[in-house]
Amino acid sequence: MFAYSRPLPFAASLVALAIAVGVSGCKPRSESASTAGARTTIQNKGSDTMVNVAQVWAEEYKKTHPQVDVEVSGGGSGVGLAALIKGTIDLANASRDMKAEEKAHAKKNTGKEPREFVVGYDALAVYVHKDNPLTEITHEQLREIFAEGGKVTRWSELGVKLPAGQDQIVRISRQSSSGTYEFFREHVLNKRDFKLGSRDMNGSKEVVELVASTPSAIGYSGLGYNEPGKVKMLKVAVAAGRPAVAPSVATTLSKEYPIARPLLLYTLGEPTGELKAYVSWIMSDAGQKIVERSGYVPLSHAADRK
Amino acid sequence: MSPAPAPDDSPAVMAVRAARRPLWARLGEKSIEGMVYVSGISAIIFVLGIFVFVLKEALPVLGHEDFSLSRFLFSTEWYPTSEASKRYGVLAMIAGTFSVTLLAMVIAVPFGLGAAIYLSEFCGQKTRETLKIIIEFLAAVPSVVWGFIGLTVMSKLIVQFTGAPVGVNVLNGGIVLALMSVPIIVSIGEDALKAVPDSYREAAIALGVTRWQLIWRVLLPAAKNGLLAAVLLGVGRGVGETMAVLMATGHAVHVPQSVLDSVRTLTANIAAELGEASAGSEHYRVLFLTGVLLFTLTFAVNLAADAIVRGIRRK
Repeated sequence: MFAYSRPLPFAASLVALAIAVGVSGCKPRSESASTAGARTTIQNKGSDTMVNVAQVWAEEYKKTHPQVDVEVSGGGSGVGLAALIKGTIDLANASRDMKAEEKAHAKKNTGKEPREFVVGYDALAVYVHKDNPLTEITHEQLREIFAEGGKVTRWSELGVKLPAGQDQIVRISRQSSSGTYEFFREHVLNKRDFKLGSRDMNGSKEVVELVASTPSAIGYSGLGYNEPGKVKMLKVAVAAGRPAVAPSVATTLSKEYPIARPLLLYTLGEPTGELKAYVSWIMSDAGQKIVERSGYVPLSHAADRK
Repeated sequence: MSPAPAPDDSPAVMAVRAARRPLWARLGEKSIEGMVYVSGISAIIFVLGIFVFVLKEALPVLGHEDFSLSRFLFSTEWYPTSEASKRYGVLAMIAGTFSVTLLAMVIAVPFGLGAAIYLSEFCGQKTRETLKIIIEFLAAVPSVVWGFIGLTVMSKLIVQFTGAPVGVNVLNGGIVLALMSVPIIVSIGEDALKAVPDSYREAAIALGVTRWQLIWRVLLPAAKNGLLAAVLLGVGRGVGETMAVLMATGHAVHVPQSVLDSVRTLTANIAAELGEASAGSEHYRVLFLTGVLLFTLTFAVNLAADAIVRGIRRK
């Protein structure tokens, strides 16, 4: 009723509100282009495995190049590559190769060929709870545990005795946007699908944390996420009878450890300007030291051994 | 011709007055009326717009030859990124959503309605004000904080007390959702009880009933529609909640056999996977179809709640 008797102030305030929203909604848009004056913002997104190291790269780079802001976010290799395909980011982190169809999609969408840079290596460790007596595992056993149609669901089937009530194997996996998930599927499960019913975590760190708090769990995550004293990394053998190798920087470098992969950066087309400088800085000694400090295997070492 | 003078607010008088006003005033009024009208119906526009958009993104997948709607609804196999054979079945997630929501309601309804009865019938003015503030504060806690509590605090407690291998499961998600829907149930339930005329209470007391009889035999039947609406809005909250259940349920594609099993809900699945699905791909469209399914479910729940609330008003 009151609105009818005095319609004007109410309506006027509505109009004012609409204008205010319109103005405030539009204004920052024009300023948020990636280059404002001398400042440059590099949008960097992708692999959860690499998100920690990418964060350190960004912070360290800022110290020597204050005019460049690198905005880092995770989400998974798939998320980063999807964003690169859409053209919303400048640099994608990936812990798996870009698929041919993704490259074609990017070409179609943006007109540019994605360019790949290897910036380090990572070993994928298989984690169990610290109290689990198991010390080594074969690819075949991992397939039986994780892959669709695999028969192993209990620890006793692997000859492992856990306290009563913990015999059921709790499989801890990653969500399907993760490069770690795809790499594990491709190289350990031989492209077979995962068994349904695994707990699919959002990040590399969550996998290790859940394994640490679950005595009957088994999971896979990057070597850099190891938490000694809380979880145990298993030695991995390609087949029964072959030597089982513990994951470490040294065994990754020597290619003895079987589940290792390159860490990749992708740009759209050949990078230029500040983006080019950033990528080459990552591949320089300064950037590679950070790779090593974060628990991954830097390029220079790998090159020495080749 | 009408000899009697027209009353002041008759249409004829209004029209003459309006005609006398200057053009700018009339135009101004018309445009402002228009604007108020648009803001009034904007909610309808938004709801329809969202539905149309989601549907538009989802529909093309129905034409794909290797996609079948019955498989989508009745298969538990969810392999959106498989290299050998992609399979899109959301039955396990429908089961996940319903199991978590059901458990949440089993916990939240007695607590919520109990609190509503206490607030409306038993406690004094001061206690009521304090309690209401605190309950509304519960409603204001962001869902990601609830999820965090589920993931870190609750999961440890569940492992400790139930011996379950993993603490992120239906029970965890159900408790978190219950905590989130209790405030809604309490505030709407209390309103429904307050809406029962005092004459009912006075009549009952005059007949010499006990407090228990008053509540059980008089107030609850009289307010049952409002209380049901409160419960259904709580259900809607449960079905639609994403972040908290994503963190607290373990995110496993699995039809639960007990409350200690991990599940994945429809909402959590969309949240976790939409980012990676490239726009226009089959996976992307199936996720939007899941959105349509979810939209239909919550719409049905809200519509039911609304119909019931309308039912009370008419009485």
